Amino acid sequence: MRELNNINNFYHDDKVIDACSLFGMMDTSGKQFSGEGVVRAIANMHIRGNGLGGGFAVYGLYPEYAEFYAFHIMYLSHEGQAQVEAFLKQRFYVIHVEEVPTKPTPAISNPPLVWRYFLEVKTEETKGQSLDDYVVEKVIEINTKVKDAFVFSSGKNMAVFKGVGYPEEIAEYFCLDEYTGYLWTAHGRFPTNTPGWWGGAHPFDILDWTVVHNGEISSYGINRRYLEQFGYQCTMQTDTEVVAYAVDLLMRKHGLPIEIVADIMAPPLWEQIERMPSKEQNICRTLRQVYGSLLLNGPFTVIIAHQGEMIGLTDRIRLRPLTVGIKGSVLYLSSEESAIRLICPDLDRTWIPVGGEPVVGSLEKPLIPQEVAIAGGDGI
Amino acid sequence: MKTYLPSRFIIERDPSRCIQCKVCVNQCTFDVHYYDAEDDEVRSHEENCVGCHRCVIFCPTNALTVRRNPLDYRENYNWRPEVIEDIIKQSETGGVLLTGMGNDKGYPIYWDHLLLNASQVTNPSIDPLREPMELTTYLGQKPDRVEIEPSSLSLKTQLAPQVKLDTPIMFAAMSYGAVSINVHKSLARAAAGAGTLWNTGEGGLHPELYKYGNNTVAQVASGRFGVHPEYLDVARVIEIKIGQGAKPGIGGHLPGEKVSAEVSATRMIPEGTDALSPAPQHDIYSIEDLAQLVYALKEATNYTKPIAVKIAAVHNSAAIASGMVRAGADIIVLDGLRGGTGATPKIIRDNVGIPIELALASVDTRLRQEGIRNQASIVISGGIRNSGDVAKAIALGADAVYIGTAALVALGCTLCQQCHTGKCAWGICTSNPALTKRVNPDIGARRLTNLLRGWSLELKDILGGMGINAIESLRGNRLQLRGIGLTDTELEILGVKMAGS
Ligand code: SF4
Ligand code: SF4
Repeated sequence: MRELNNINNFYHDDKVIDACSLFGMMDTSGKQFSGEGVVRAIANMHIRGNGLGGGFAVYGLYPEYAEFYAFHIMYLSHEGQAQVEAFLKQRFYVIHVEEVPTKPTPAISNPPLVWRYFLEVKTEETKGQSLDDYVVEKVIEINTKVKDAFVFSSGKNMAVFKGVGYPEEIAEYFCLDEYTGYLWTAHGRFPTNTPGWWGGAHPFDILDWTVVHNGEISSYGINRRYLEQFGYQCTMQTDTEVVAYAVDLLMRKHGLPIEIVADIMAPPLWEQIERMPSKEQNICRTLRQVYGSLLLNGPFTVIIAHQGEMIGLTDRIRLRPLTVGIKGSVLYLSSEESAIRLICPDLDRTWIPVGGEPVVGSLEKPLIPQEVAIAGGDGI
Repeated sequence: MKTYLPSRFIIERDPSRCIQCKVCVNQCTFDVHYYDAEDDEVRSHEENCVGCHRCVIFCPTNALTVRRNPLDYRENYNWRPEVIEDIIKQSETGGVLLTGMGNDKGYPIYWDHLLLNASQVTNPSIDPLREPMELTTYLGQKPDRVEIEPSSLSLKTQLAPQVKLDTPIMFAAMSYGAVSINVHKSLARAAAGAGTLWNTGEGGLHPELYKYGNNTVAQVASGRFGVHPEYLDVARVIEIKIGQGAKPGIGGHLPGEKVSAEVSATRMIPEGTDALSPAPQHDIYSIEDLAQLVYALKEATNYTKPIAVKIAAVHNSAAIASGMVRAGADIIVLDGLRGGTGATPKIIRDNVGIPIELALASVDTRLRQEGIRNQASIVISGGIRNSGDVAKAIALGADAVYIGTAALVALGCTLCQQCHTGKCAWGICTSNPALTKRVNPDIGARRLTNLLRGWSLELKDILGGMGINAIESLRGNRLQLRGIGLTDTELEILGVKMAGS
């Protein structure tokens, strides 16, 4: 098995530590928009990164292939590519293949090859597994068994573009101005130990779940051991990987809604639980009793996204920043308010959410545009 | 027969300070000090002294010093004084050497080879004086997942009984009879005051203490002393005792002299008879038998209480623990090599079992490999000395710890290892009414509460330093530990990295 840790976690630290800038923008009415604003916003927080990682997740960009798994795969060699393509042909019906368009950018040196594949699962191969579980297994297989390949993203009608560089440089390199989506998240990275490997940049993806993350999770050791019990292999030793797997386990496998997941990852204090009405008390107590090992302790802000939903969450004592802005049906999440105001000066509302309380934007519950916007006020 | 045993201690009495008050004569239970009326002088039979320091602490003029008798035999690493004296004792008595307290040998103490982490720069440490810091721990079986009804957001999962601890430190099993009623009262009151549990040990529960039932772990051991429906009903947790770290594979022996009227009533045995617990539980010769007793007790208590199973840490602990969890134990208790006792054959105490740190690490790892770690809580005991040890135990994977010896030290014990004699000068390990009075349950409870409070505050400091504000984020988080002075194999078993790596 290939140790991704060797590439991503050069010094074999317990985990990769990094600090970052985050940005997320979603039109909850489902309207598509270009990434131009998102790129300007994340570029405005340039100083929060150090040029060793930038990336974007875009949802809704492949409407013509919406029902197929879209794999974005990075290759360091043509042999790696040949190997993976043979593997994909065995396991999937390959509907369409192309190289991801790029344009030479002075700041980006030594880029890997990046290709995309639209795939349909060969159901006769799944042996009763769910399609999603099958895909997850194949992604892990490529990542850990093929030397020069790494899967950036593997969800439907979504993609991750990422690499070594500042996020605005990555955006330019991947021609992100040519795509539109209804949900974008972005990340600028300040890692303290990676030698600069494209796969190590955020967003981190599994299926259509993406996570961008700012923080250091002190409970990493037990979070990882807990997830290992459920068959997740934390090969990259990044905090972000743990968040992504935790979300996958809780939301996809255990079928828990986001409010509940937030109460697991950033639970209320016992003292608060004791004061709750009995129904909530019972839920929160049970969650902490059962999922105590998934409490994410230490400073973090994450923006989690999947098809139709974007979630912002901080640790329960809010040791990393997160600002929320709303304009019409558009929800903004950002490390800094200035980045939101740069691209949307006349927000309807803006606020700093309470630690541990999720902010959720969803296509199912679109934001209702405010009748009268009060400049700079909270609009309520 | 003239004894060849030398005195272990030398007693120095400063004549310029001694006022012949005879306090030492009254305090010593080993007949050391005596008053010579003819000379109007207090003198000592040094050869009887066990070094418990009761007289030293109570001498009003600080006239006494008790020192080790240097016993400068010719140096010999193999034939150390202790070895020589044990042989002398046996050649004079022809019996099994008995002793009290836990293993005192120089086997590695792994706590002293583990170091804790703290946050710097990338992650802020948290100040427990200003921020909430949570030690609350729930013991009991946890399911693999929680089910929520999505439309109404109501809970579908029903948990097995859970027990809440305000701090993850409990008092270990010490039976009534081995220790006095006043010790039980002190432990019970302190546990109730601190929101934790104390453990009856295998001698039943005095009816006067039923009111502390909610903070009581009731033990069911091989002798079944004091086990009856009310005893089970009143307790919060029931613990099946298979073994004990100080004497793995050996049953209990409470000498008849300690079986007073009250002890006999509580144990349900005739006054003055020896209380002998068989080495094994005679209805448990295999893991299926254990499952039957676990479920018999669950049935008897209507599935309202967690059932704990306690074993001594031995070579196969990991496999045994896995079997215990599969047999339905809600809590597994591991008692290590250094766990104390009121009486044990010295040869067993000194040579049988393994250090708790290693047993804990391998049990936690094994249960995780098998995906059943959530099905039982792990409680460990055996030589926990301070809150640093507690934090390290939790980081290795324990849910909570039991303290026995440390609790007795809080009550005055100086580890003189005479518990088996029934003469404890500190009034702890005795049922002689004149001596048991030496522990005042009000003061005892206060000393124990203070100890728990002090350790809990320190635990919060340790957590805060790591940037963690809830104990569950430390539990099993071995990345917060580093080893020092350990071999690769030791590091591998403990599942920790070397300091600096
Ligand atoms: S009280 Fe203890 S230390 Fe003092 S003489 Fe007696 S046995 Fe020795
Ligand atoms: S309990 Fe009493 S007899 Fe036992 S070691 Fe402590 S002081 Fe000595």
